[in-house]
Amino acid sequence: MPKEIIDTANHIAAEAVRIAKPGVVAAYPITPQTTIVEKIAQMIETGKMKSEFICVESEHSAMTAAIGASASGVRSYTATSSHGLLLMHEMLTWAGMARLPVVMTNINRAVGPGWNIWCDLNDALAQRDTGWIQIYCAYPQEIFDTTIQAFKLAEDKRISLPVMVNHEGFIMSHTSMPAKIYDEAEVDKYLPKYNPNWKLDPQDPLSHGNLISPEHYTEVRNDMQKSFDAAKDIFVKNAEDWKKQFGSYFGGMIEYYMCDDAQYVMVTLGTIGAEGKVAVDKLRKEGHKVGIARIRMFRPFPTEEIEKLSKKSTLIVIDRAISPGMGGIVHSEVKSCAAPGTKIFGFIAGLGGRDVTYGDIENMIRKAIEGKAKSSEWYDLKEAQ
Amino acid sequence: MAIKDLPKDEYLLKGNAACPGCPASQALRVVLKALGQNTTMVVPACCTAVIQGIYPKSAFNVPLMNIAFEAAAACASGIKAGYKAQGNDDTNVLVWAGDGGSYDIGFQALSGAAERGTDMIFICYNNQMYSNTGVQRSGATPYGASTTTTWTGKLEHNKDLSEIMIAHHIPYVASACVSYPEDLYAKVQKAKSIRGFKFIEILAPCPPGWRFPMESMVEQGRLAVESGMWALYEVENDKMTFTGPSKGILEGLRQRKPVVEYMKAQGRFSHLFKPGNEGKMKIIEQHLDVVWDRYRKQSSCLK
Amino acid sequence: MISKVEKRDRSMDKRTTISRPTEGAAGKTGSWRDQKPVLDQKKCKKCLRCWIFCPEGAIVRKEGDAVEIDYEYCKGCGVCMKECPFKAIIMVREGEVYENQEECAKEEP
Repeated sequence: MPKEIIDTANHIAAEAVRIAKPGVVAAYPITPQTTIVEKIAQMIETGKMKSEFICVESEHSAMTAAIGASASGVRSYTATSSHGLLLMHEMLTWAGMARLPVVMTNINRAVGPGWNIWCDLNDALAQRDTGWIQIYCAYPQEIFDTTIQAFKLAEDKRISLPVMVNHEGFIMSHTSMPAKIYDEAEVDKYLPKYNPNWKLDPQDPLSHGNLISPEHYTEVRNDMQKSFDAAKDIFVKNAEDWKKQFGSYFGGMIEYYMCDDAQYVMVTLGTIGAEGKVAVDKLRKEGHKVGIARIRMFRPFPTEEIEKLSKKSTLIVIDRAISPGMGGIVHSEVKSCAAPGTKIFGFIAGLGGRDVTYGDIENMIRKAIEGKAKSSEWYDLKEAQ
Repeated sequence: MAIKDLPKDEYLLKGNAACPGCPASQALRVVLKALGQNTTMVVPACCTAVIQGIYPKSAFNVPLMNIAFEAAAACASGIKAGYKAQGNDDTNVLVWAGDGGSYDIGFQALSGAAERGTDMIFICYNNQMYSNTGVQRSGATPYGASTTTTWTGKLEHNKDLSEIMIAHHIPYVASACVSYPEDLYAKVQKAKSIRGFKFIEILAPCPPGWRFPMESMVEQGRLAVESGMWALYEVENDKMTFTGPSKGILEGLRQRKPVVEYMKAQGRFSHLFKPGNEGKMKIIEQHLDVVWDRYRKQSSCLK
Repeated sequence: MISKVEKRDRSMDKRTTISRPTEGAAGKTGSWRDQKPVLDQKKCKKCLRCWIFCPEGAIVRKEGDAVEIDYEYCKGCGVCMKECPFKAIIMVREGEVYENQEECAKEEP
């Protein structure tokens, strides 16, 4: 029987990790990720969890130790946030190119200076090209389910790639909400025992990552691209299999809300996509045909689905991140795969933890409906202080 | 221990990409003879990243993970934990890093792993410069040495990583040199027999980096030890013992050879022999006295 | 020790950068040489200093501790010549004629 609990998203993520039984967890504390690490450390010390825990001296070492553990032949996990993730950047490419299925929870937090511990997505989106599958969650149950599914996806022989599961700082990480913790034995049926695709074994020596010439490098990169392409269908199928076995489901690469007949569709990542449902319900009552496409899987990007969506709806992209000198990051991605002639509006909102309420979302959508939105603009920008 | 007692097994295969006369490849042969087949290596960016040869071939007959420059000890920590999680507590986990990957950019991860007491052997093969990238200065470069970032000679003395590692209170720290293979072999074997974090530093005279004829590689290492510019010792559970010629020097039974004998064959010091640089030579000699005074004090404390 | 080796799937070798142990991973490095060591077996006292100091492992230690130079891989650094206490090894230019050539030729390919 699943156990229903009310707890923070971080503790729910830690529960999922316990049930996934990684051989090694390596982590370094950073707000707002700390409560995951503390909980895991406690579970290991009290014997509720059997993993080896390495309390490293930096996030760079956390990712490196997770890579080493994975290469030794065990399932490995870490968690971080913001500057911790930025410090890992170099090693993220290492895990990706080494095709090691490390799973990491990243708690989205703004980057400094000044020190801002609140939520935005710039930390993870800046890691876009490191060779990690990226998933963004908006509900505590989704975090539990996706964490387990992440191991299954990462370790799939056809994929063999690291996966980053994101949820937002404080909005999710420290907010208590209900979730079901499914039976370990049931989860074991879904997530098979770890069977490494390659490992460091003295009985079968290999050298990983020595010099590689221009003659071979391109093909290694190309294989990675093929696996990213393959990850789309496998991710969707894994989510459907989970739904059959456990019941909970949050969509495939995109969670659609009222999109079938929608003239206007808001496109976003994370909790804005959950909060927006209230705004959409309200606008629907007024007769506006609006919907939400919450992108769950950002890498690989749901190119085909966005293109399809763009053919029938005007898109309003809300970005909780900014690529200075270009604009909203999701906005750029959506524009790059939308059908020619699609109307796309972009808003930058909620940076550094500024609240984006359903009222704000309603305002942004309404602006587009009324023809007052610009192709790209900052929402709720105060006069220069 | 005589040379004859060292095993025939080779884990670094012939036809690798090391320069002719490379001290790192020679030391690797000895180290891997001592550790044997049940060993996994971690190598950060350094000459040994090149020595392996080119994908899809490798000159190493033990598992080897290449990792980013600053990350070797962290990677080894992960491997050790992973093996432990699989019930394997007996594979030797060896980090093999240059002075860059241990003195400088690699120091944080090294210090972290030592403090955690992770069961591994960390070996720094110290050629006193960034040889692989074309002979730039490192924290291990001695005063006066010319490098491609200190053309007229380095103005600072090197730090002493082994002393820093002693301060980590780990069970075993040793200093060795390629020219004393039996001594090196014995130290690696001892490290292998001890649980916890073990640190060994090996002086590796680099012919192209130090600019001396390649056939003199072993001779240069010997002169470094005989002149006191390098010391052979080990610190086991806070007990410090000097070995080889360094033992005699410490105990005053043996004179240090003049430093100039060590320096004269090396192009990196050639400018010091030109008129006007007598003061710099003096600084080197005085520093050496300070170092040996410290060794004497330290070894009498760590008895 | 780690689990027994079963028939390993090596399909990942090409998907990431996995290299396998190979003699001559950098080619036949004997071709790098412009001078070669020549060993006079009559002078050799089997002390094995050349064997242990050879950076390449190109001096092969045989039964009874006799040694033999592997010219396929010897890079010609000369450390063995310098470290031999009995002057049993000399360095000669590649292609040059030297004393004892006939006797030493037994050791060469």
